[in-house]
Amino acid sequence: MAAFEFFINIAFLLGAVAFVWGLRLLSSPDTARRGNILAGIGMVVAIIAALIAPGDMILADEKAQVFNNYGWIFGGMAIGGVAGLVSARRVKMTAMPQMVSIFNGLGGACAVVLALAELFTHYQVEAVSSSQLGIVLLALLIGGISFTGSMLAFAKLQGLVWDETLILPKHNIVNMVLLAGTLIVGVILLTMGNTGTGFTLMIVFTILTLIYGVSFVAPIGGADMPVVISLLNSLTGLSAAVTGLVYNSNFMLVGGILVGAAGTILTVLMCDAMNRSLLNVLIGGFGGGGGAAAGASGDQVVKEVSVNDAAIQLFYSNSVMFVPGYGLAVAQAQKVCKEVDDLLEKNGVEVKYAIHPVAGRMPGHMNVLLAEADVPYPKLLDLEDANSALPNTDVVVIVGANDVVNPAAEDDPGSPIYGMPVLQVWKAKNVITMKRSMRPGYAGIQNPLFFHERNHMLFGDAKDTLSKLVTEIKNM
Amino acid sequence: MQTIYEFVNEPANLFLIYLLIFTIILGFEVISKVPTVLHTPLMSGANAISGVVIIGAIILIRQAEPDDYLTLSFGILGVALGMTNVVGGFTVTDRMLEMFKKKKKKS
Repeated sequence: MAAFEFFINIAFLLGAVAFVWGLRLLSSPDTARRGNILAGIGMVVAIIAALIAPGDMILADEKAQVFNNYGWIFGGMAIGGVAGLVSARRVKMTAMPQMVSIFNGLGGACAVVLALAELFTHYQVEAVSSSQLGIVLLALLIGGISFTGSMLAFAKLQGLVWDETLILPKHNIVNMVLLAGTLIVGVILLTMGNTGTGFTLMIVFTILTLIYGVSFVAPIGGADMPVVISLLNSLTGLSAAVTGLVYNSNFMLVGGILVGAAGTILTVLMCDAMNRSLLNVLIGGFGGGGGAAAGASGDQVVKEVSVNDAAIQLFYSNSVMFVPGYGLAVAQAQKVCKEVDDLLEKNGVEVKYAIHPVAGRMPGHMNVLLAEADVPYPKLLDLEDANSALPNTDVVVIVGANDVVNPAAEDDPGSPIYGMPVLQVWKAKNVITMKRSMRPGYAGIQNPLFFHERNHMLFGDAKDTLSKLVTEIKNM
Repeated sequence: MQTIYEFVNEPANLFLIYLLIFTIILGFEVISKVPTVLHTPLMSGANAISGVVIIGAIILIRQAEPDDYLTLSFGILGVALGMTNVVGGFTVTDRMLEMFKKKKKKS
C-alpha cells in the first residue's frame, strides 16, 4: 500500500510545516490567533497519522509487529483531553503563567514516562545498543528537569510553596555538583550492561534528575518566573526531540527542536525586555524582592520599551491618557501627538490628556499648546478628573513630563516636592515614559516612577519618538 | 575519531544532522522579532507544540504486546500527560489571544 504510506508521510510533513508557519504567525498580534489554530491543526493531523500509520512505518525494527491497543490509546487521550480542556477553560486570566508551566511540566513528564518504559524494557526484557541507551537517558534527563522544574515554578506562582526564592548556601555550586553527579551516573550506566545493579543505578539517575529540576528553579522567583518557564519550555521541546530519536520520528524531532530553538530565543528576548541577562536570572536571588528596595537608587532596574512594542500596546488598549509636560513643548511635539491620538481613536481607543496645573513652565501652557494642535477641549482633564480616571486607564503615555508625575511627592517626606499634588499615573495599568535621558527633571530630583514595575521608558526626543509611533501604528 | 567519521558518513545520520541544523536556524529565525505583549502567548503556543512527545507515547502503546501491562501502563500515562499538554496548551493560548481581537471601528 504505497499510496497509504505516501499520505501518512505527507501528513507528518504538513504537520511540521504547520508548526513552523504557526509559530511565525504567532509572533505578530494580528495573526497570532490563526497561528495557534494552525499549529493545533498540525498536531491533530500528526496524531491521526501516528494512530493509523502501518506498523513498519513507525517501528524501527522491521520485523516487529504492531498490536495497536487502541483502547489504551483512546483511554489516555480521553483522560488527558478532558483534563487539559477543563483546566484551560477554568483558569483565570491572571493565573495563565502557572497554567502554562503545569502543562509544560506534563510534557516533560510524558518524556520521562516514555524513557522509563524503554529503560524497563532494556533492563528486564532485552538490552538495547549503548547509543540507544544514551539517547534514552538524555531524554530522561532533559524531560525530568523540565518536569520537576515546571512543577516547582507552578507551585511558586500559585503561592503553594515559598513564593520567595529558596536558596541553599552556595546554591550555584550545589547545583553544579548535582548536575555533574547526575551526568557521571549517566555515563557509568552507559558503560554497564543490563544488570541488576544497573537497574538500581538507573533509578538513582532518575531521582537525581528530578531533584536537579527542583534545585535548578529553587533560587529563581518573582518577575523572573516567566523567563524560567520559557526556558523550561524549550527543554521540554528538546526532550520531545530526543524522544523522537528513540522512536525514529523525524516529525517529533523537528517539532521538538523547533520549540527548543524558538523557546531559547524567546527566553533571551524576555530577558532583554526586563533588562536582565539570562545568567543573572538563573543565578537568581533578587527576582522576588525587587520592589522592596525603594530607598536605594543605584542598582534599580529601569525597563525600556521599543517603539514597536509601545505602538502595539497603545493600539490594542481601550483607553490611553497622555501626560504632556515641558518636554513636549520644547520638542514642539503637540501636532504629532494629536496624530497619534487620531490614529488610536480610529481604532476605538479612548484618548484623554491629563493636564497638571504646573505642567510645562506655566499654568495653562499645555492647554494652549494642545489647542493649537486642534485637540478638542473635552479631552483635556484637570488634575482631579485625571486622578479619578487614571486607575481605569490602560496605558499612560508621559511625554516629557517628570516632576508632576513623581510619586515621591506623596510618599517621601524627605523629597523637596513632598506635598505637591501630582498625577497618580502609577495607578494606571501601564505607563510609558518618553524622555530624552534618565536626567532628573526641573526640580533636580530623582523620580522613583522610572523604576516602577509598571513603567517602561521610551528614550528619545518627544517629537521624533511620536513620529515613529505614528509610522508604526499606521503599519498595523 | 574514526567512529565520528563513520557516524557522519552514514547517510541516515548525515540527514539527521542536516535536519537538526536547519530546524534550529528556522526556530531562531521564525520568532526573531516579537513584541513584548506577545511573549506569554508565544511561550504558551510553543509549549503546546512541545506536546509532540505524545506521538512517542502512541507508538509505544501500538507496539506493546496486549498482555504487557507494564508497557501499556507507561503508555497510557504518557498519552494522558502528552494530551493534557497539547489540548490545554492550545486552548490556553487561544484564550490569551482572544484579547488581541481587533476592535470594531466606531464611525
